[in-house]
Amino acid sequence: MSRFSKSFLLAAWLFSLATGASAYERLKGEGYAGIGRPATEAELKAWDIDVRPDFKGLPKGSGSVAHGQDLWEARCATCHGTFGESNEVFTPLIGGTTKDDQKTGRVASLAKGDVPQRTTFMKVATVSTLFDYIQRAMPWNAPKSLKPDDVYAVLAYLLNLAEIVPDDFTLSDANIREVQEKMPNRNGMTTDHGMWAGSSASKGGIGNGGKPDTSNKACMSNCKTEVKIGSTLPDYAEAAHGNLAEQNRMIGQVRGKTPGQFSGAKVEAKVEAVPSTGKAMTALAQKSGCLACHGVSNKIVGPAFSDVAKKYKGQDEAAGKLTAKVKAGGQGVWGNIPMPPHGAMKDEDIKSLVAWVLSGAPAN
Amino acid sequence: MADEHNAPRGHIRPAPENFLSDEDVKRVESGRRDFLRKSFLSAGAAMAAVASGRALAAPEGDDAILTLPPWSTSLGQGVATRPYGLPSQYEKGLIRRESPGLTRVTASSVAFTPLQGLFGIITPSGLHFERHHQGWQDIDPSKHRLMVNGLVKTPKVYTMDDIMRLPSVSRIHFIECGANTGMEWGNVAVPTVQYSHGMLSCSEFTGVPLRLLLEDCGVDLKQGKFILAEGADGSSMTRTIPMEMVLNDEIIVAYGQNGEMLRPENGYPLRLVVPGVQGVSWVKWLRRIEVGDMPWASKDEAVHYIDLMPDGKHRQYTSVQEAKSVITSPSGGQVLLDKGYYNVTGLAWSGRGKIKQVDVSFDGGINWKSARLEGPVQNKALTRFNIGWVWDGKPAILQSRAMDETGFVQPGYGQLRAVRGTKSIYHNNAIQSWKVSESGEVSNVQVL
Repeated sequence: MSRFSKSFLLAAWLFSLATGASAYERLKGEGYAGIGRPATEAELKAWDIDVRPDFKGLPKGSGSVAHGQDLWEARCATCHGTFGESNEVFTPLIGGTTKDDQKTGRVASLAKGDVPQRTTFMKVATVSTLFDYIQRAMPWNAPKSLKPDDVYAVLAYLLNLAEIVPDDFTLSDANIREVQEKMPNRNGMTTDHGMWAGSSASKGGIGNGGKPDTSNKACMSNCKTEVKIGSTLPDYAEAAHGNLAEQNRMIGQVRGKTPGQFSGAKVEAKVEAVPSTGKAMTALAQKSGCLACHGVSNKIVGPAFSDVAKKYKGQDEAAGKLTAKVKAGGQGVWGNIPMPPHGAMKDEDIKSLVAWVLSGAPAN
Repeated sequence: MADEHNAPRGHIRPAPENFLSDEDVKRVESGRRDFLRKSFLSAGAAMAAVASGRALAAPEGDDAILTLPPWSTSLGQGVATRPYGLPSQYEKGLIRRESPGLTRVTASSVAFTPLQGLFGIITPSGLHFERHHQGWQDIDPSKHRLMVNGLVKTPKVYTMDDIMRLPSVSRIHFIECGANTGMEWGNVAVPTVQYSHGMLSCSEFTGVPLRLLLEDCGVDLKQGKFILAEGADGSSMTRTIPMEMVLNDEIIVAYGQNGEMLRPENGYPLRLVVPGVQGVSWVKWLRRIEVGDMPWASKDEAVHYIDLMPDGKHRQYTSVQEAKSVITSPSGGQVLLDKGYYNVTGLAWSGRGKIKQVDVSFDGGINWKSARLEGPVQNKALTRFNIGWVWDGKPAILQSRAMDETGFVQPGYGQLRAVRGTKSIYHNNAIQSWKVSESGEVSNVQVL
């Protein structure tokens, strides 16, 4: 055996130690016999739905702004607002970008910091991201229900709201690359950082190869002369998190603070008890997603439960009518924002929730 | 009842007087059981004594000793009374909780782990933090499939039976959401360690190294530099992950967590384990792995989980959770019982390897002492540290500072903000400070 092959074998052995490759009993010549099977073309088509920034994976199709608006009002406006501006359920999609941003590909207000909240269009650099996400995850309560042409249409409408494409635009697989060149924050991303877990950009990966941003030292004594407290907890933030005494153990080296013990801030102590009808119904409403759009006594996207109770007071047929409406969805009674259908909810759950709402949605 | 237990009592430690159930009290009141009546009355006396500050409830000794409690003088419950065990009824305050106002829909929200009450490094599965993007699902495992496709010779489909037949590994790793401590970038915002650091958990995960599956499909390593992981839930969440982590056998396709199957909230029946990388990459309800030659810029790496820098650019594909630590007891929202000895305890972790050293300061960072690390210290796992402290009743500021095996030392707020500003939301690993006031109250403060 030559010296060369010896050192080669040693290197291979060291490599197998480093990777742990020798630890797995992959039987010689057999591999993992009998495990798994080839995927069929139809299976790959059904699941391989991702769309990359180079538009690999983009399905053929097209959709107009006008069609997108119809879909939007029926399926999306509930959560995102008619103009994608709503901040009620999720952070806004539209706003904060200018015509100048479209020219430079950098959203200027991000550097200025003069907007209270970052919208989706202020952040996203790649239009493929929006297509991919709408196709895989939207609408919120019925993900993957939009056909490719519908995804194009909804995206066209969003691009129109963001003033990137005109009212009469039809987005398609043929022109989506041109749209990419107008995305207001298309030049707004950087990968020059040390927080990618693979190899660096110079070796075909991402980033600077793990160089940290900070270089603190483990100083042990007389590390500074003054302790400067920059921020303390505001009273409301403590009160908002409930009775801290109940969030700690009743034994041990510490107790949790009881409300108002030091600051005078008052918090209602929660009493754990068998859930009453009101409590159980509130929990059911929460679980079923009702409270995303309805407040008990305040309007969010949909009307307050107390307003619904007031409107239908004394009407015997209200319960049946509302039960059907929750199930099938509805629009027009309280404004233009539609309530989506709730086909997945159990009938008896809808019935008891409607009865609870009509009785004024009591908390207990 | 809770208030009586939780009220600080100076020198006097409370006896567990509240052992009488409402039913017992009724029996006592009706005079049916003299033994109980006696203990009830003496328990009342004990409480009065505590209030008046005397050291012992009764001159002859502690009533908790002198009067035998019901659990010493009655028959206990039988095996399998609770076929799946539960914590004691006295532990019900230590649960996952949401931070009010943080999100508006529970299906896309966070529930935080109660770090203030946990010991060691393993998070009980029922207390593992939750973060879902479109609600959690309880998937029928016999209908779950994992597909591997993209730059492979043979795209394949695996059932759970297939995956559970393959060689398995079990490893302890921490998982931390990239947004953990995100609420505190600009200023103190939350009262306790549950809300400031509770998007952090650590479990023993069992599963198959992803490398085995990719090799089984004939992965093209020449071009395949990245993988995409995708979930089977409504959000079908996707993230780009480096191939290097697959090749060095770090990434596990896991089905086991702490000796049992994953909990549905944590991805039952299959999730990806990506040690050291932020939680969003540990795709739950894993249904597909694709091998590719470029990153995907999915929603959670192009709209969210991007870090806004002071120059207005966003950092994309930030993944590693750098070295960080926090003292979990005493911590914010707690009250010290009295002057004297305390076991100051906390957690340290690093996405770049093992923890090498944790230093603790009691004076806001002027002087530091190295804490004792509980071994064995493991790679990309939580590490428990402890250090003794005698509180003299004067104000103090407690801090911990982790160093990992690369020599990286956890930064202070001033150092971190100098580079990243205050709006980046993600990857806040600054040194946490807890202020102890003369009253014994511990509160969340930021030291610059």
